[in-house]
Amino acid sequence: MTAAATPASSPVNAGERPGTRLARSRRNAELSLLVLAMVLVAAYGAMVEANVLDTITPTFWVPAAALSAVFLGMHLVIRFLAPFADPALLPAVALLNGLGVGFLHRLDLAQATPAERAELATFAGIGGRQLAWTLVSVILAAGLLALMRDHRSVSRYSYTLGLAGIVLVMLPAVLPASISEINGAKLWVRVGGFSIQPGEFAKLALLVFFAYYLVRKREVLSLASHRFLGIDFPRGRDLGPVLVVWAISLLVLVFEKDLGTSLLYFGMFVVTLYIATERVSWLLIGLVLFFGGAYLAYVLGEAVGGPFANFYLRAEIWLDPFGDPYDKGYQLVQGLLALGTGGLFGAGPGGGQPLLLPEVQNDFIFAGIGEEIGLFGLSALLVIYLLIVERGLRAALAVRDSFGKLLAGGLAFTLALQVFVIVGGISGLIPLTGQTTPFLSAGGSSLMANWLLIAVLLRVSDAGRRPVTGVGGKLSRPAGGPPEQLHGAPTEVIRP
Amino acid sequence: MNAPLRRVGVVVIVLFGLLFANLNWIQAYKADEYRTSDYNGRVQVAEYERRRGNIEAGGTALAVSKETDGELTFLRTYPGGAKYAHVLGYKPVNLADTGIEKSENDFLAGTSDQLIGDRIKDMFTGDRTAGGNVLLTLSPRAQDVAYDQLRNNNRGVKKGAAIAIDPRTGAVQALVSMPSFDPNPLASHSSNEAAAAYNKLEQDAARPLRNRALAEVLPPGSTFKIVVAAAALENGISKDTNIPAGPSYTPPTSGGSITNAVPSICPQSQVTLMKAVTDSCNTGFAKLGVQLGPDVIKEKARQFGFEQDDLTVGRLGEGGLSVAASRTGSMENPDGGADPAALAQSSIGQRDVRMTPLEGAMIAAAVANNGSQMRPYLVRQLLAPDRTTVYDTAKPRELRKPVNSQVAGDLRDMMVSVVENGTGRNARINGYTVGGKTGTAQSAPDRPDHGWFIGFALDSDGNPVSAVCVVLEEAGSGGSAEAARIAGQIMRAAISDPGGR
Repeated sequence: MTAAATPASSPVNAGERPGTRLARSRRNAELSLLVLAMVLVAAYGAMVEANVLDTITPTFWVPAAALSAVFLGMHLVIRFLAPFADPALLPAVALLNGLGVGFLHRLDLAQATPAERAELATFAGIGGRQLAWTLVSVILAAGLLALMRDHRSVSRYSYTLGLAGIVLVMLPAVLPASISEINGAKLWVRVGGFSIQPGEFAKLALLVFFAYYLVRKREVLSLASHRFLGIDFPRGRDLGPVLVVWAISLLVLVFEKDLGTSLLYFGMFVVTLYIATERVSWLLIGLVLFFGGAYLAYVLGEAVGGPFANFYLRAEIWLDPFGDPYDKGYQLVQGLLALGTGGLFGAGPGGGQPLLLPEVQNDFIFAGIGEEIGLFGLSALLVIYLLIVERGLRAALAVRDSFGKLLAGGLAFTLALQVFVIVGGISGLIPLTGQTTPFLSAGGSSLMANWLLIAVLLRVSDAGRRPVTGVGGKLSRPAGGPPEQLHGAPTEVIRP
Repeated sequence: MNAPLRRVGVVVIVLFGLLFANLNWIQAYKADEYRTSDYNGRVQVAEYERRRGNIEAGGTALAVSKETDGELTFLRTYPGGAKYAHVLGYKPVNLADTGIEKSENDFLAGTSDQLIGDRIKDMFTGDRTAGGNVLLTLSPRAQDVAYDQLRNNNRGVKKGAAIAIDPRTGAVQALVSMPSFDPNPLASHSSNEAAAAYNKLEQDAARPLRNRALAEVLPPGSTFKIVVAAAALENGISKDTNIPAGPSYTPPTSGGSITNAVPSICPQSQVTLMKAVTDSCNTGFAKLGVQLGPDVIKEKARQFGFEQDDLTVGRLGEGGLSVAASRTGSMENPDGGADPAALAQSSIGQRDVRMTPLEGAMIAAAVANNGSQMRPYLVRQLLAPDRTTVYDTAKPRELRKPVNSQVAGDLRDMMVSVVENGTGRNARINGYTVGGKTGTAQSAPDRPDHGWFIGFALDSDGNPVSAVCVVLEEAGSGGSAEAARIAGQIMRAAISDPGGR
């Protein structure tokens, strides 16, 4: 059991026989999709200029070209370092990232006076900074692909990463508010002119730890003692880890005043636990614990206030955003109004008034974009996110080792959960919390962390799709065939 | 581990499905509500990006939009300041709009259905045409005179109203409510400045924001005698019939006696109806009212426009400034029979009788226009943004016919007698036949009386050219004479500049 969980010793053959690679790597598909994505980004930039400036400047294509160069570089890196990686991931992420840069650039244009607009350099303003952050993030992602030639190698550092993750999570909570608090949420570390959201990186580190820990412990955790309503419940003494993570996430909720982050960590853990053990009971226990805790925080916030007051307030705003539309509910109300004004088709790129939205470059970017591209455009964005997530889960399905399955599955789900938390928050589906919108929101931390996440998914998908080379044979992997079973066999759970 | 991974994939699809469903709810189902929400600043910014049309009268622009460098492009300004404030209203950024600015908002803003052709044209040309223009019936000269004379009245009265209408069409020639206010600060793009100006006006005890010409109801005093006289003429009494009068009259059921304003008025036991109107004989009309009974008087008042609570003055037949209902009040005992005391007092425009200045002018106008009362209106034409296409020209129409032309002729003779021989001499105009009726109404026991005048002017061919009502609140003695003088001035201005129809 443990043998399968720890990095396998079997050498991974690079599978570099030309025939197989050209036939199966699908790198050219990736390149075509990438070109398509960049054409869309350039068209978006042109439409923004036409609407905001009433003219299309001769330099409208520069940001799109800069992005294309960066992503093309990434494509080449993948071609050499992860040739069998999923071909849809990079273009999908590039499209989101490019639209994010385009929208932030559009905010710069709207804020600048006509005189300033002419001098708006490619890397100036929040759009320009985001472009620079994209470059940095992609280089980091490429670096990770280069360093981590086999995803199983990171499991060696899992305890270090777990510790680092907990430190990163707790850091803003213990730091004084003057350093860590922005807009009522203590999620930041501000050093000099930079603001870092350590939580963005913590989720990666913690997930590596969870994956490793759960692969080691999955047999124990899947032992059942009680059977109730047709569901097997785990032994009481095995509840320890889940309770610890639950407690940590509640501490985050209370001390960092952030429901989203807490929901993110806890959801991440419970879902990896479920994937590892295949026990629905863990999901139920997790849901009950989380919603019970959140409800308790709400009740305490109303009765006691103190550290729970912020959560209570957010819940109240969520329940009735128009109750205090100019003060407490202002953000959410303006977000809803922006989305509503956009309607089905939106005002067109550059045609809306995103500057009326507080935090439009950040938490509310989805609402700001939604005003301009409408329900149809936002649905398309959601589909792209869904595509990335489902491709990540597919990589988890395809990869043969348990650690890789947990890592990719957990990361993909985390990305989905983050999108759900922030998009649900700004559209009033769940209480609003300060999460970034992956690949769209302005900010280096979020962009870097999410690109690293994509690098891991690329690496795992590369491992999963890489042809298996048997003993001296030109054995291409039969889909769902014996090798899958061979690798899967030791990971089968012994059901009582 | 693949089975749970697949289930997680389903969970993710469900989560995204929830997001998608919720976005549908917001961006499709609730979209219109959110788009037009009061909290939605986009509506304003968009509205102020288009040049709002002018409001004009007699070739003078009374409300215009000027381009600024601010976030809101166009600033609404009112060159006439306080003079036209109660007609135009104002179009503030955050507060509620009022007046013609409100009732013709869609056309002025360019969003009305009538202007859809212009908007479609804009889609192709990429221009942003201005909103449509609204042309008012007002006569700038009459408005000038009404505003100045009312403000500079010789009684030093601070509150009052004046309204002049064209009896043949119902077109409003002048409309002034005193005290007035400057609408310009209210339209300021600084919401703090606008709110401060609004709060100051709102808290002013003299209530300058109130449109007294249309919305204030006061006891009409002797002007109401025209209604009673009309009822009498239709009930077998002619203008030369002698009616009982006397120095004082005590109705059978009440100790309060009714006297005349001065002892020299109708002390004799009988006077002609003509004389009773000319000298404003209280005892004669009190007795006449008791004789006619409550039903006859109330019905006649209703036929002149009392009790109508849904009248608006703006575009003909399509909204506008709302007018308060004039009321006759109760003249019966609790058991339903006539209450002579109430009836006697109501017949001289006291007790619970209440009238708007507009209703006073409409009574005079109906008398002048052979008994036909025209529907009052302020908007004579809607002019397209290009100023050549006309969308809507007012077609005057009769509102009601309170009296036939013979009764109207008798009333006209009596009212002319008032101005030529009686209490309304101040209203005379050289070369024109002026008729009218003064009124002095008790407001509250310890307050000075209100001074009223309702009247009309006929040209040398006998055609009515203007009907007017002036009221000076708590003006004391001599108030109605001053009201008559102001009314004469306004009508003279309206004759030289009749305004648009």
